[in-house]
Amino acid sequence: MDCILIGSNVKVLAKAVQSLSRLGEELYLEPQENGLALRTVNSSRSAYACFLFSPLFFQKYTPPKSSTQRCKMVIKSVQAVFKSLSSLEKTVEKCRIELDIEKSRLTFTLHCKHGLLKTHNLSFQDSESLQAVFDKEGCANTLTAQPKLLVDTVLHFPPSLEEVRVSVNDERVLFRNHVEDEAEQSKAMMTEFCLSAEEFDRFVVNMHTCITFCLKELRGLLVFAESSGLPVSLYFDEPGRPMVLSLTDSVLEVNFVLATLSEEGQPRNHNSNMRRVSEPPITDDFMNDDVDYIIAMEAGELAGDSDWPEPPRHALTPPRLHGAAGDQQESSGECEDEDGQQGAEETPVEESGRPPNKKFRSLFFGSVLPTPSQMSNRTLQSQEVLASDSEDEDGSPSP
Amino acid sequence: MPLSTQSDQGDGQYVLVASLDNVRNLSNILKAIAFKDHALFNATPNGLKVTVEDSKCLQANAFIQSEIFQEFTIQEDSVSFQVNLTVLLDCLTIFGGSTVPGVTTALRLCYNGYGYPLKLFLEEGGVVTVCKINTQEPEEPIDFEFCSTNVTNKVILQSDSLREAFSELDMTSEVLQITMSPSQPYFRLSTFGNSGNAHYDYPKDSDMMELFQCTKTQTNRYKMSLLKPSTKALALSCKVSVRTDSQGFLSLQYLVRNDDGQICFVEYYCCPDEDVEEE
Repeated sequence: MDCILIGSNVKVLAKAVQSLSRLGEELYLEPQENGLALRTVNSSRSAYACFLFSPLFFQKYTPPKSSTQRCKMVIKSVQAVFKSLSSLEKTVEKCRIELDIEKSRLTFTLHCKHGLLKTHNLSFQDSESLQAVFDKEGCANTLTAQPKLLVDTVLHFPPSLEEVRVSVNDERVLFRNHVEDEAEQSKAMMTEFCLSAEEFDRFVVNMHTCITFCLKELRGLLVFAESSGLPVSLYFDEPGRPMVLSLTDSVLEVNFVLATLSEEGQPRNHNSNMRRVSEPPITDDFMNDDVDYIIAMEAGELAGDSDWPEPPRHALTPPRLHGAAGDQQESSGECEDEDGQQGAEETPVEESGRPPNKKFRSLFFGSVLPTPSQMSNRTLQSQEVLASDSEDEDGSPSP
Repeated sequence: MPLSTQSDQGDGQYVLVASLDNVRNLSNILKAIAFKDHALFNATPNGLKVTVEDSKCLQANAFIQSEIFQEFTIQEDSVSFQVNLTVLLDCLTIFGGSTVPGVTTALRLCYNGYGYPLKLFLEEGGVVTVCKINTQEPEEPIDFEFCSTNVTNKVILQSDSLREAFSELDMTSEVLQITMSPSQPYFRLSTFGNSGNAHYDYPKDSDMMELFQCTKTQTNRYKMSLLKPSTKALALSCKVSVRTDSQGFLSLQYLVRNDDGQICFVEYYCCPDEDVEEE
């Protein structure tokens, strides 16, 4: 693969690398027919990001002849190529990236002002393809906003905040910080930020839902979005299903896919990259593995928010099985695990039906004590306690 | 250290007296070579030369000509002593590092000769500080035998571009390899670090290149840890000359302009790591 970038596009590529570096430690470089893909995944495999640069982004783009030109490298080594981001525009006139797996060569050549030539020969490893499976069009809710709106929203939360809850109804979106531990809830400062539908460029809500995800993983995207000025689209539906943030323009497509907490509080990675399409749904055997992650929440009305529609108060319906075949893939072909170990753990299926009612303890919203749940969802049919194991795929009813 | 280890004498007996209206004209230059605690001072009627060495492989010299000083009186042909450079710099900057325009610290440096302490009078805004620093036996500086006739390759570059390259150098590399050649790649800095290798090439016709005189293709490696202190001198300078001799010894000479626009020189000599014929 051989490609040449000129002018300000070098800075865009450098910013993409920087954005990816905030998520994962390794950069997966894959030249494709439709462009150059830069991807990464975080260490817990709960967040994935992909920057796809179309051939038009480059002054010249020569895709590889064989399709096995894929590699991964430590992201810091690529960042070292693009040091001093602020002066990149002024100093770098042209950047050339050459990848030749057979010759073990990955070279970044920067042609700078005053004739200075910087050549970086980076070491890399061969890798399998890293691709998440996700379906943006199939998501119930789509919100599109100018990046500044989201950046300003996130600004209100402390930088150390890990998880944030986003609740959406027909008129507005609520962002709240998520505090899992009951003991912390009474001491923590709770912040709630409300954005009305009018603030969004596009506001399509087909499902009133409340999802929880890790905000930290998105900061890299938001920084990139702000500098690019491109509108950010959020695609999500029920908790547990992956959430996608997307930026596109004519030459670039950016997708960040994040796992969201299922209502039991266990993060699910079924959007994960390591999935094998042909794998059968996971059986009950995995139920016992998830004890540590189960958070019990008692169903109840969501207090303090009078406009909020009351979600159905019935017991959870039998889980819908979104089997391996059911999830439409955005990426063609199989997802392969690069080191073959992860496949079994991640499950493509989800199980709970409606998002349950929840209360959370706080100074502002009244309180309900969460009760500890029991491991097996089968024994809790009579209680409105969500303790089902997210790994329970075979359609058994959750309480 | 007891204050009275070395005796003091009256004014007329000083072997060396040097005065500066702005002590920064001395302290800034000395900071550029202050990578070790001890420095050798050698004063001649031409001016002051301060030398710092590291493991017999690296030598840095700062030259402050007598014209820079408002007063420079020397009673002998050559006066040498060694002092703790860190302590000296602390004294020179005793009034703090503030750069309020119009306010400068004045210095009067006095030395009685062998066995006597170095006396510094520093004055700012009417406040006078007197410092006495014990001097030590001067050691013989290394002679790298680097003379102009042995120089095989020489380039003079504007410091700006070299500064950029040095700031980006991969510090995980143990060595900095310098290639100088009458043909491609002309002048190349290379590093070999954890993530791969990197090369910075300066073409001979670059407008940052003020002089290019290379007679022979030479590639030499130098320990990165030895060259790192030279970046301080690079930061202060406006031009730098890079020379290598037939043995691969490296000479870096920095042209530094002080606060008053006067020119001083700092030079670094470095031994090559090993002989490398090819890249």
